[in-house]
This record gives sequence, structure tokens and C-alpha cells, in this order.
Amino acid sequence: MSFNMLVLTCLAYVIVLFVVASAAERAASEGRASWLRSPVIYTLSLSVYCTAWTFYGAVGYAARSGLEFMTIYLGPTLVFLGWWVTLRKLVRIGRENRVTSIADLISARYGKSNLLGVIVTLLCIAAGAPYIALQLQSISQSFTVFVTDPSEVGLTADPTLIAFWTAIGLAFFTIVFGTRTLDANEQHPGVVTAIAVEAVVKLLALIAVGVFVVWFVATGPADILSRIDAQALPEWHIQPGRWTGLILLSAIAIICLPRMFQVTVVENTNDQHLATASWAFPLYLFLISLFVLPIAVVGLELMPAGSNPDMFVLTLPLYLGQDGLALLSFLGGFSAATSMVIVASLALATMVSNHIVVPLWLRVRSTRNLDSGDMRLLVLSVRRLSISLVLALGYFYYIITGGSEALAAIGLIAFVGVAQMLPALIGALFWRGASRTGAALGLVTGMALWVYTLFLPSFGPGVFLTAQVMEAGPFGIAWLRPYGLFGLTALDPLLHALFWSLFLNALAFCLGSFLSFPSPMERVQGALFVNIYERTGPARSWTRPVAEAEDLLPIAQRILGASEAQSFFRAQAALQGKQGFLPDITPEFLEALELKLSGSVGAATAHAMLAQSVGTAVVSVEDLMAVASETAQIMEYSAQLEAKSEELTRTARKLREANEMLQKLSVQKDAFLSQISHELRTPMTSIRAFSEIMMDTDAMSPEERTHFAQIIHDESIRLTRLLDDLLDLSVLEHGQVQLNVAPVVLRELIDKAVRASNSVQADRKFRILRDRDPEALEIVTDAGRLTQVFINVLSNARKYCMSDDPQMQIKVRQRKGMVEVDFIDNGTGIPRDKQALIFEKFSRLTDEMQAGGAGLGLAICREIMHNLGGDIAYVPGQGGAAFRVSFPLVLQPRESQSKPAEEQTEAAE
Amino acid sequence: MSTSTPPEFLARGSYRIRRLMDAARLLPVFCFVLLILPLMRASPETDAPPTASESVYLFLVWFGSILAVFLISRGLRPALEKRKDDLAKSED
Repeated sequence: MSFNMLVLTCLAYVIVLFVVASAAERAASEGRASWLRSPVIYTLSLSVYCTAWTFYGAVGYAARSGLEFMTIYLGPTLVFLGWWVTLRKLVRIGRENRVTSIADLISARYGKSNLLGVIVTLLCIAAGAPYIALQLQSISQSFTVFVTDPSEVGLTADPTLIAFWTAIGLAFFTIVFGTRTLDANEQHPGVVTAIAVEAVVKLLALIAVGVFVVWFVATGPADILSRIDAQALPEWHIQPGRWTGLILLSAIAIICLPRMFQVTVVENTNDQHLATASWAFPLYLFLISLFVLPIAVVGLELMPAGSNPDMFVLTLPLYLGQDGLALLSFLGGFSAATSMVIVASLALATMVSNHIVVPLWLRVRSTRNLDSGDMRLLVLSVRRLSISLVLALGYFYYIITGGSEALAAIGLIAFVGVAQMLPALIGALFWRGASRTGAALGLVTGMALWVYTLFLPSFGPGVFLTAQVMEAGPFGIAWLRPYGLFGLTALDPLLHALFWSLFLNALAFCLGSFLSFPSPMERVQGALFVNIYERTGPARSWTRPVAEAEDLLPIAQRILGASEAQSFFRAQAALQGKQGFLPDITPEFLEALELKLSGSVGAATAHAMLAQSVGTAVVSVEDLMAVASETAQIMEYSAQLEAKSEELTRTARKLREANEMLQKLSVQKDAFLSQISHELRTPMTSIRAFSEIMMDTDAMSPEERTHFAQIIHDESIRLTRLLDDLLDLSVLEHGQVQLNVAPVVLRELIDKAVRASNSVQADRKFRILRDRDPEALEIVTDAGRLTQVFINVLSNARKYCMSDDPQMQIKVRQRKGMVEVDFIDNGTGIPRDKQALIFEKFSRLTDEMQAGGAGLGLAICREIMHNLGGDIAYVPGQGGAAFRVSFPLVLQPRESQSKPAEEQTEAAE
Repeated sequence: MSTSTPPEFLARGSYRIRRLMDAARLLPVFCFVLLILPLMRASPETDAPPTASESVYLFLVWFGSILAVFLISRGLRPALEKRKDDLAKSED
């Protein structure tokens, strides 16, 4: 195929990509880009992992080392299988903090430290250059291989020339699509879509060649398997160290490679996409790897000895006369190389501008007028320049190394380089104690070892390290040999470098973190990153704002552009409930503004810019403690609220109970009133009736008159007694009774009561059983009132005890300063269901006429006993009615008197 | 910031999702072990290695793990959809 034809094909392909990318950009800007944000596009964009190294190099790798090529794809598969642990957290942190690159993530996590940003950027550039060189090399190699026309061989004789023009072309494409605008989220829908298209092209191309090899050259899978065994070389033995080490290395690389970080984290819009990619991306890798070994085997078998196995994908179809297939394969390799270069240079350029150029520029400008000029143009120019720079570095690496024979070796060198970010990155995600000092120490240590043991030797002896140094070590110190550090000579150089760099890196990282004390900003960010899922609100990193919104608007305009910045300010003002463009400068507003700015220029720069305008308002340890105590206060407050609400519940329950009590009392009061009226009315009725008879009846015998007058008299007495009782009860109930407390002998009181009660139903003979000795107690109480109680109890017994041989037993006992007097008769007693009622007012167990009282007797007794500091109770099960009167031996004048009164009051309420 | 402790026992649905999360965490470990099995298969160093059979084995393990992660990820979708903090809170 002619050289011109090939160039034209490439140009046509690039133009198609242009169209796709610009259509996607337009769709995204018009907001109808939902399909652009689909899991499929996301997964396909991840395939930027599979570069020309995969497309060409994997076959070469398989031809040289057998199955070992699979390790490069098995490692990433493992990482995606474990997406739930690492990638999910990484993606979430990246999205919520608007991270723009892996350097930005590490710098943001360790206190928005720009030092770390610079270190990581330099590391990524150093590791990125070989990788880009690899792509340039493979493109120029494929050109060389393809153009077989003798008249044009001259054109392709100089592969560096092809590499040069390829680099120029790729830089142009990347600049046009990657830096058209300064995107707020550093997301590039156009580029991502173009990458997705390229992913399909390279997969189809490789599968097409594979299918051709398996089913057209060979006769099917079984044939291929037997050919594999036939071609297997002793070097194809799986080496345990390399197998395990390379799986781990590629697993690390898929997380740490700047371009993978760009597509996995920065361009991610949704966690769900990751869930899809978790199986779809391993599937992609699976399909890409499936035909590698068959192509290698058939290539080894058919191609003339000495052919470069790295180019089998291309040369095999050409050799077999399948020009169309070869062209497709060429395009596949071309797209694999271009997609890698575009994304990698974009990611590196973002780092360079955000972490090196803009901070430098800010430092220079800060001495002069701060607010002049649109920074967006500056940032964009810096990025364009950086892209060119990155590609130039790749090109120079290619020139200096002169093109390594094995593509795979170069790729692995880059892998070990980016792997140095692993300790800092894992620490950022999972270890709050990881500090800036530790991260910087680890990165520098790892980087230095990588440069010394792998990167510099990769240029070949004599370029940076002389053959003598390689052989005998610097200054002849054998244990400093680049490939045999500290005497570890048994290891393969790659594993040797990987082991030493990562081991000492992790060691320095841990020691630095153990021994240093992080700044408040680091601690804020550390908590924010590690506890990303538990976040309730953004952590405060601004506390004492001193700037005016008017000062901040120009800064924002310089980075975001006038209209974007103004609409952001207006939205923030609206959030605060204000009109116009100038919100209040609250910590929340500063936080939002910083996040917005960091989407464009990175966290460290954004923070530095705001800090410059806002003044010294960055957090201190005191502020951290204040935030913590604020939180503690909130927690305490909520605990208090909880306690209060419990208290309220309790009070409500009490109120409900009190209300029920009141309702019961109200019913009781009504009953009491109706009882009173009834009790008053009965004697009144008979008084009225008999007085009317006496008034109206003229002829009336003196006996009759006397009889009637007697009835009227009796009834009036009953009425008077009732009223006396009521008055007495009322006085007792309200504790207003005057007690005559004096020493007295109990026996005398009982004697008196027995005598007085004898007048009730005097015809009945009661036997009184007493033990006079215990009665000889001297007590201090109100003798009159106590006697009244005794009389009442004894009278009741005389009235109600229906025994033929009635008797009354009186027992006196003394217990703990209390005196108990039991009155036990031998009657039928009081039925159980009535026992609770007898002390209530107006309760009478039997017919009124028989008892002849108002039913207040026992109620009054109880009130008296309460006033005397004692009680009266019915004691069941004593063979008859038994009442126990208990009272203190010595009645304390006030307290003991007022207390029962209070109790009484309470009970009455 | 809630002071309440998470419930000790979960409903069937949440329990399933928790176990799926465990599976998601352990899957790479098991797969890694399966992937290094070829290292333990004896083959005389001098002869050509049994590359064909090993490649068939490795691709089968690979495909099986893709199938497993497909099922797990599909099961975990609900956990991603609802506000993840609820489920993920106690896992770390």
C-alpha cells in the first residue's frame, strides 16, 4: 500500500473522530447528552488502558513469554472485581471534591498541599514520557511495516520523522478537543466519546484478525490449541515471581495511571456506571486478550524467522495477502495509540497547569496587581503549551532510547513509575492518620529509587548510567548496583525495582505519617476523604471570612468567565435569600466557591487564590476544636431535647392521671352533694309533715301532741348532728382542726369510751375482753379526739354485731413508736366487697333506720386518725369485724400533724 | 451524627445486600488465588510448558469471575441507588 494512501486513511479516520467529538461536544452543551453519559460510553472510555502496547505489544509479549502477557489484563480485572472496596470510594471522593487529576486528589487530601501536587505531576510526567514514546514508536513502526512499496521506502526509512509528525498531529487534536473550554468539572464529553469510538475500532480490529487466524488460517479452536502446544518454548514457563508481581503491578497501574484516573474518576458522572464497568471492562479486556496467543502462535509458525513479533497483528494479514484486514488492523493500532496519547497528554497538561504553572504565576502576580486579566485564557494557554510539552518529552524519550525492541518493557517501566503513588493514594482513601510529610517522603523516596533502578537504566548503558556503573555499581560499590540494590541480585530487574521502590516508599510514607503532626487543613481533608460515605455536610475549611463579595467576584470571573461567575454568585445569593449578585461571605459560600474554582484549577490553587483575597481566614487547630465542640453541642442539645421530650411524655401521663382523678372526684362530689341533700331532706320532710299536722289538726290529744313534738325534736337533733358531723369532717379534711395534745394514759381513754358507748342500745349486753396491763401506756395525743374514734368503733359494734352472745375484744400493742389498738367483735364481720367502702362518706352497709346515723362516722374517724398522725383500718379474717386504730405514741405537735393533713389533702384532690 | 446504634439484626432484603457486599469484597481475593494456581502445577522445566491447557484454564477462570461480578453488581444496584450512606455507614 502506498505511503500517501496510508496517510490519507489516517487523516480520514481522524476527521471522523473530529466529527464525532464535536457532535458530542455540541450535544453536551445543548444538554441532550444523556446518551453520552451512559455506562456503555463510560466502560468503552476505560479501554484507553489498552494502548498500542496492547494492540501490538501483547502479541509480541505472548510470542516471547507465553501466557505472561495476560498478567497485564488480569491485574485490572481484579481491581474491577473489587470495585466495591476501592474504586467506588475513589470515584465518590473524586466527584464530590471535583478532583481534576490524580495529583489534585493527592494534593487535596493532604491539606491542599501544592508541594505534593508538584511531586506527583513530575512523577507522572517522568512515567508518562516513556509511555507516550511507546505509542509514537508503535505508530511509526506500523507505518514502516505497512509501506512495502520500494519506491516509497525512503519516506519511511526514518521512523523518527513519522513519530515527529504523529506527535504534532496528536498534539493538535488534543488541543482542539481537550482545551476548547475551561470546563467547570474538567470533563470532556467530546474526547470521551471519541475515545469510546476508538475503543470499538481497536476491539473490532483485533477480533477480526483473531477470527481470521483461528478460523481461516487454522481450522478452529482445537487446531489452535494444538498449534500453541507445538510452538510452546521453554521460555514460556510461567515464572512465579513475575506472574504474581506483574498481576499486582498492573492492578496498581490501573488505579494510578494518570490517564486511567482521568477516565475512571474525573470523567465519571454516576456510581451506577461503575457498577456496569465492574463486569463490562473485564469483559472488554477478556475479549482483547482472547486472540493474542493464537495470533502470536500462528505468526511464529508462518512468518519468516527474525520478524518482529510486536508487529504480527499487522504483518500477518499482510503476509497472507489480506490487505483490507491489514488496513483495519492498522487503524486499530492507530486508534489505540491516539486514544492513549490524547487522554494521557490531557491529564498531564491539567496537572502541569494546575500544580506548576498557575501557582507560579499567582506567586509572581501577587506582588503586582492581583485582579487584572482573564485567567481562563492563561490557564488554557498553559494547558495547550503543556500538551505540546508532554508530547515533546515523549518524542525525545523515543529519540534518546532509539526505540526499544520490546514494547512491553517500556510500558512496564511506566507502570512501576506510577505505582509510586499507590501508598499515598491508599492512605488518602483509608487512613486518616496519613500525613502530608509522610506522603511527600514516600513519593520522593519511591521516585528516586524508580529513577535509579529502572528509569535511567532503561535508556541503555552509556546514556545516563555508564556500563561500568551498571556492572559494578557507582564508585565500585557493589551493593549500590542499579539492578542489584543491597545485594538483591536474584530478582528480575523489573521486580527488583518494583520491590525496592514500593517497599521503601511505603516505609517512608508510614514513618513520616507516624512522626509528623498534620496541619488542621490536612486533618479536615483527611476526615472528609476517609469518611466520605458518612458525610453529613461539607467540612468547614473557612471560618473567619474577612473579604467582601465584591473582591471575590473578579477572581471568580477570571477563572470561570464573567457570565458563569455571575450566575454562580447570583444563585448563591438566592440560596441565602438575597437579591442581586453579591451573597454574604459565609463559610458555606466560600466552601462552594472554592469547590467551583477547584473544578477548573485544582484544589490547591483554588484554595491559595481564595486565601490570598480572603486573608488569613484559613482554619487553625482552634477552629477545628470549635467545629468539634459545635458538633458536640449539637449532639448534647439533641440529647437534651430527647430528655425533655421524655419528660414531657411523663408530665402528660401525670396530667392524664390527674385528669382522671379529677373526673372521679367530680363524680364523687356530685354523689356527695346529692347524698347531703338526701340526708338533710329526710328529717326536714318529717319535721315539716308533723309540724303541719300539729298546725292543721285542732283536735289533738296531748299524748299525740307530745308524740309529734318528740318526733320533731328527734329529727332536729338528727339534723343538728348531721350538720355537726359535716362541719367536723370539713374541718378535719382541711387540717384546720385544733388539737389539744397532752399526755394521757391510754387505759383511761378506753374506759371512758367503753362507758360512753354503753348508752347505745343499752339493752344489749356486751362482754368486753381486755388485757389491762398493755393498756397502761402513757401517750401524748389529743385525748378527746382519740376517745371519739374509740366510741365510734365501739358503738358501731354494738349496733351491727348480731351475735347472740356479743363480745368485744380490745387488744393494745406497741410497735416502733406506734400504738395499735384492735377492736374485734364476734359478729359476722364485713363482707369483702364492702370493706373498701366503709370509710367513705355516707356509706352504710345496712338500712338507715336501723343504724340511725348519717354514715359519716367512720369517715370522720379516718380523718381524725390522719390528723393524729395515725390511721384506722379494717383487719379482715379475725373472726368478726375488726378495726385497727394506730397512732404514734407521742404526737409531734406540728410536722406529724400537718403531714397526714397534707396527705389527706392530696388524697382528696 | 445520630446517637442511635444501628440495628443488630436486619430484614431479609438488607441482609442479602450486606452479604453481597461481602461477596464483592472477597471476590478479587478468591480470583487471585485461582489465577496463581498454574504456578503450583508441576511441569518439568526443560520441556515445553502446557500453555494450551493453562490458557484454557485461565480464560475459563477469567470468564467465570466476570460472570460472578456481573451478578454481584446487578444485586448491588439498589444499594447504590438509595442514598448509599445508609447501607455503607457501618461497613468501613
